[in-house]
Amino acid sequence: MKALTWHGKHDVRIDNVDDPAIINPRDAIIKVTATAICGSDLHLYDGYIPTMQSGDILGHEFMGEVVETGSASTLKKGQKVVVPFTIACGSCYHCGKHQYSGCENGNPADNQDIARELYGQPMSALFGYSHMTGGYAGGQAEYVRVPFSDTGPIVIPDGVEDEKVLFLSDILPTGWMAAENAQIEPGDTVAVWGCGPVGLFAVQSAFLMGAERVIAIDHFPHRLELARKFGAETINYEQTSTYDALMIMTGGIGPDAVIDSVGLEAHGLFVDNAIDQIKASTFLGTDRIHAIRQAIIACRKGGRVSMPAVYGGFVDKFPLGAVMQKGLTLKTGQTHVQHYLPGLLDAIMEGKIDTTFLISHRLPLEQAPDGYRMFHDQQNEVTKIVLKPGQSVAK
Amino acid sequence: MPDIADRPYDDAPVSTSKDSDAAVKTAISEGIEEQGDSLAAWAVTINRPAAELYAWWRDFSNLASVMENVDRIDVLDAQRSHWVVKAPGGSTVEWDAIVTEEREGSLIAWTSDEAADVANSGRVTFRDAGARGTVVSATILYDPPAGVIGKLVAKLFQREPNIQVRRDLARFKQLMETGEVATNAMNPRQLEEQGA
Repeated sequence: MKALTWHGKHDVRIDNVDDPAIINPRDAIIKVTATAICGSDLHLYDGYIPTMQSGDILGHEFMGEVVETGSASTLKKGQKVVVPFTIACGSCYHCGKHQYSGCENGNPADNQDIARELYGQPMSALFGYSHMTGGYAGGQAEYVRVPFSDTGPIVIPDGVEDEKVLFLSDILPTGWMAAENAQIEPGDTVAVWGCGPVGLFAVQSAFLMGAERVIAIDHFPHRLELARKFGAETINYEQTSTYDALMIMTGGIGPDAVIDSVGLEAHGLFVDNAIDQIKASTFLGTDRIHAIRQAIIACRKGGRVSMPAVYGGFVDKFPLGAVMQKGLTLKTGQTHVQHYLPGLLDAIMEGKIDTTFLISHRLPLEQAPDGYRMFHDQQNEVTKIVLKPGQSVAK
Repeated sequence: MPDIADRPYDDAPVSTSKDSDAAVKTAISEGIEEQGDSLAAWAVTINRPAAELYAWWRDFSNLASVMENVDRIDVLDAQRSHWVVKAPGGSTVEWDAIVTEEREGSLIAWTSDEAADVANSGRVTFRDAGARGTVVSATILYDPPAGVIGKLVAKLFQREPNIQVRRDLARFKQLMETGEVATNAMNPRQLEEQGA
């Protein structure tokens, strides 16, 4: 089959690789019909994430048709499913508590050592995202082997177009959980740093959870325009002093809850790596630290800090004093995708959440390397690229 | 003889003592046969009843499916089994393991026989943890081949028992909780290559 494979920094290719096949009883094989490039894929592309190997198949946002099932799978051939990016067993203590991204069994035993060293305990496995998180082949391919297919994938009703539900795989539940972690109360003002896909879904979710005002902060005009479309007030931090603006806009109190959806894995998973990469990536690194610092400083006393943004290692100058002195609550974590799927599918079907607005580009799988280049170079215009295996290449 | 009394107000498991000689001596005093000076220990909580986990473990022929380095285990009689284990450089080491103590549903202890290539002994305990299932703890005493250098080589091959105990227990947990051992292989052929 054809798949998008990683070979090093800024080197992704379409390769012919072996087809996947059933190994374990709970497996299913999915024929991918739509898959997206995630902002976090760019950090693999930029070479920031350790434990990648040449030839790894990328992609953790995907959906498709069930074409094969293991003896213990509950899926049926021909069903359309969206697959969560976290691989969770549904049987361990953490899954029992719906803390799916803490699943203890999805990550192969040999791949658990690095995360144990870094974090104290290994996390769940992820599709297409380095060997520390499992080394599983990802979804930017024609076919994928999906473990625990009786627990993860959600079956989509017939006749629903792919693009409406594809983002259930990651960014929609991630934005929703970010808003949930902000513990929004009616009348609250919520400030959201970063209007990428997760930030934009957090804006929509915050309103659905009863926020009176949402203030969205970014520097890409097109992304701010999208945030405004969902009712957010906007701040362009390149032309405005964000702290002063937030204080005045909230009558000197500060936002009741703040959401950092800027930070990315680029901070590195090892401290020496991180320092090198922050130096190498110039202002990107400081910007990201700046976002969570600014969010904590702006947040009102007794407020909530929600951090869907992914951090991998260590950061300098974390304002711990402000967290303590102001009595802030900090909630974060990789998304427990499986927990949110049924409710969010309903919200999409009932038209409460708009998902397709995000998609700026559609490409056949064969053009995925071009897609990575575009997404990397043109962040204002390119908000989301959906790849369609099987779609013919435009001449 | 050093024992727990030498660590006042410290309830931590002896295997985690910074005084490794004392840890080994304490393990021996608690009933593990003296078969070396290196100690490996770990624990996992498995969301299944103790009786079920014990029964699966007590049939030693099962263990090769979760123990990465074990080529095969032949059960010779109720107390004795023959172990063939992969060693660095493609060779194998072998020994007979003899059960020295067993308590139905809660404890299995063993020692290797005198002809063992790698002397080892140990104990696996199964303790009811209520709604969370069962805490399975393994403590292994062993005599690393060729001393410190052997241990270094072994570590390069990721065959060092401390890591190995943790990984083997993780696979045991996977199989008991999910019915399968997690693998990132894409198909059976890749799975076979990984095992080679």
